[in-house]
Amino acid sequence: MVEQVAQMVVHGEAWTVKELFVLPNEYIYWSIQIVMYPFMTGLVAGAFVLSSLYHVFHVEKLKEIAKFSLVFSFALLPVAMMPLMLHLQQPFRGINVMMTPHFTSAIAAFGIVFMTYSCIVGTEIWFVYRQYFVSTALDLRAKQNRSLVDSFRLTLFTALTLGAWDISKEALETDHKACSKMAAIGIPVACFLHGYAGFIFGSVKANALWMTPLMPVIFICSAIVSGIALCILCYVVTQEIRKFMARRHLARWADDPNAPTVEQLEGAKQEEVEMTSRYLVYFMVAAITLEILDLIFRGYTQVKSWDILREVILERDFNKIFILQYGFGNALPFFMMLLPGRNVRRTTIACALVLFGVFMMRWNVVIGGQAFSLSFAGFMHYHMPFIPHDAETFKEGFFGALTVMVTPFVLFYFINKVTPAFHKEKDCH
Amino acid sequence: MKSHVWRTLFVVILLVVGIMVFRLFYVPSDFGSGKRGFMYSYHRFSNEGEWKAQPIKYRDTGKQKMHEYCGECHDDVVEVRTEDLHGTIACENCHGPAFDHPEDPEELVIDRSRALCLRCHTDLPYTTSERHRIPGIDPKEHNVDEMCVDCHDPHNPRLEDM
Amino acid sequence: MERRDFLKKSIIVVAGASVPLSALELVDPKEVLAANPDIHWAFLLDTHKCVGCGFCVKACKTENDIPFNAKVTRTWVERYVYTKDDRRYIDSPNGAQDGYTESRIDLGQGNFKEIDPENVGKAFFVPKLCNHCETPPCTQVCPVGATYKTDDGVVLVDRTWCIGCGYCIMACPYGARFFHPVEKVADKCTFCYHRITKGMETACVNACPFGARKMCNINDINDPVTQIIMNQRVGVLKDEFGTKPQAFYIGLAQEVR
Repeated sequence: MVEQVAQMVVHGEAWTVKELFVLPNEYIYWSIQIVMYPFMTGLVAGAFVLSSLYHVFHVEKLKEIAKFSLVFSFALLPVAMMPLMLHLQQPFRGINVMMTPHFTSAIAAFGIVFMTYSCIVGTEIWFVYRQYFVSTALDLRAKQNRSLVDSFRLTLFTALTLGAWDISKEALETDHKACSKMAAIGIPVACFLHGYAGFIFGSVKANALWMTPLMPVIFICSAIVSGIALCILCYVVTQEIRKFMARRHLARWADDPNAPTVEQLEGAKQEEVEMTSRYLVYFMVAAITLEILDLIFRGYTQVKSWDILREVILERDFNKIFILQYGFGNALPFFMMLLPGRNVRRTTIACALVLFGVFMMRWNVVIGGQAFSLSFAGFMHYHMPFIPHDAETFKEGFFGALTVMVTPFVLFYFINKVTPAFHKEKDCH
Repeated sequence: MKSHVWRTLFVVILLVVGIMVFRLFYVPSDFGSGKRGFMYSYHRFSNEGEWKAQPIKYRDTGKQKMHEYCGECHDDVVEVRTEDLHGTIACENCHGPAFDHPEDPEELVIDRSRALCLRCHTDLPYTTSERHRIPGIDPKEHNVDEMCVDCHDPHNPRLEDM
Repeated sequence: MERRDFLKKSIIVVAGASVPLSALELVDPKEVLAANPDIHWAFLLDTHKCVGCGFCVKACKTENDIPFNAKVTRTWVERYVYTKDDRRYIDSPNGAQDGYTESRIDLGQGNFKEIDPENVGKAFFVPKLCNHCETPPCTQVCPVGATYKTDDGVVLVDRTWCIGCGYCIMACPYGARFFHPVEKVADKCTFCYHRITKGMETACVNACPFGARKMCNINDINDPVTQIIMNQRVGVLKDEFGTKPQAFYIGLAQEVR
């Protein structure tokens, strides 16, 4: 081959295939990370809403899972930001969103809402765990010849008490009340956090698929669905692990005479899962209704964009939308949960399917919205990069998405060391 | 305000103050809104100057203006060329961007390639387009291995006039 | 970069920009107009005159340092071919940076369609660029204020402040924006701001041999191009989005979007 000018790959070109007439500058600029972004914020918001059901509405049966989901939503928080950072072309300037927020942009709200929300979740956790911080710090202080780890823990827990050492009954009662208030404020903020993620898409008037005022509501509903589903799934899995450890006496706490027995763990699990999955079904009905309404409305009104949208929705992406998203992600788990004789295992499988369905919904919105050209005369196909061959195909490829998926669990492992999600207060309420 | 409940609020306030102080140093002072308000013209004002200061490469050598820049030195050539068949084509389309010619570069690189001529002179069967009024050839048939300029005068390519 | 540094730099830039400005002022009457805050730049494109030579794309890429080997461009030319049996074919291979030197239509994915010359009904070329909308959705959605509309009506991107989120690219109904392959920030047509503010034509207007592209101050009713926009039937692209484009077209067709 004679000398050939090397093609410079522009952003998006690596995973975009164009068909028929697509404008020269059009690529799938918003790829897998932007699928992950609403998916992860949705999980955060959903997990928080689940925990608030206990703290605000005092659904006693949800007590155990509420604590778990609160800690888990805290672990998910930094991860909601990750896909955005991985997606930015100038990640080091990400801070600009906080520095010069341009409030006519939905993304600018991110900095403010996200910070507010983090503060609320942090505060709530502090109220829930203050007693634990204080007692742990006191225990450690009383301990003779502390190891290096113990010294570090003492410093950490002393700092976490923020100097509030009072754990009298009245003080704890105040904590409890304050906690309920924070949870009550938290619900609208969590919905706002995710509603604006829907607004980011719904307000893009240039995109025929995205532009609908229903988008924020659809996003909130599916967010709560995915959050609850993930909490149930993780709850069941962690309980299984605890059961396994209790049986084998693997963990230190298993030898404690106060520790829950295998039967107790099993009983607690069934009760919580039963109750939680009921809420899951309610929110699923709302989410699916809105999504179908949107689709029917588009088909019925048949505005200019319908020709190309119909081809994308009913022909090209039919399998992804109707088989994977609605079929396996919505209808199947829906019947699995409604048919009689439901047990924990079936619910857990249903939850995994629901999570998959919500992920597919995000995929079909984000990638599906870019599957057709602004000219309405061509199509774009997305080929997610699997094997990364440079930073960009890693960041915005399969392994980048995997990193985002795994991080919350890693974070949860560490956060769980500081605020144990399954810790039971000895003498409080 | 004695209750320990407020301690978290103090932490939050501390955080916000920290961010505001950081912002003071981080954000350029000339950030603001222009005539079109916050929605359409919130920006760093000195950026307009940065765009204005971009280097100029083409020197405006279309039919109207080639006298101004090219004509300063090549006035005899320019006068003839404007009357030629290709007089409407800016000098720099073929002779290349002038930059600061004659200082830098001292000599321009002329594009004599077939590809350049074919931009207009590939025959396309579009009778409704202005393209059809331009004489066209089939590049796969018409003296394939030859340079156009070997036979045609690029300024006045009609062979009868040569 | 600290604020002091930044101010220093911006002073240098402003000073640097104003030197050639004041030097030209006495020479070029258009320069005086350019300094006038009442100026409002607009563009006129005549699809009847365009022959698809792509000199505009070439000039633009050279003038504004957009790599020729990157498949993005600030301005491009589209080809529309309608057959007599009512099929429509549109393409714009490489944004027409090398013009249209083949009669076959690029269908993407390496497929091409040769159309029987006898079967060609109407065919024409449409040059495109940023419309510099009066109410630009791209600047509305920028989360950090990195893209904005100047007082004289040009939409610009601040390359030192853009975070590269791509929201403006998504918000543009015309596909005028892209990520600059070298600068790694959003990029778009600037109406050659460095030229028009010095009384020059944009690179593409200068390069167009056929007068298919013209530029004017739409507030100056004596400008011959403004006269055309005022007195002839001109259209804009995708007016349903309410973006109020400032690039006006003569001879639009329904399929041109």
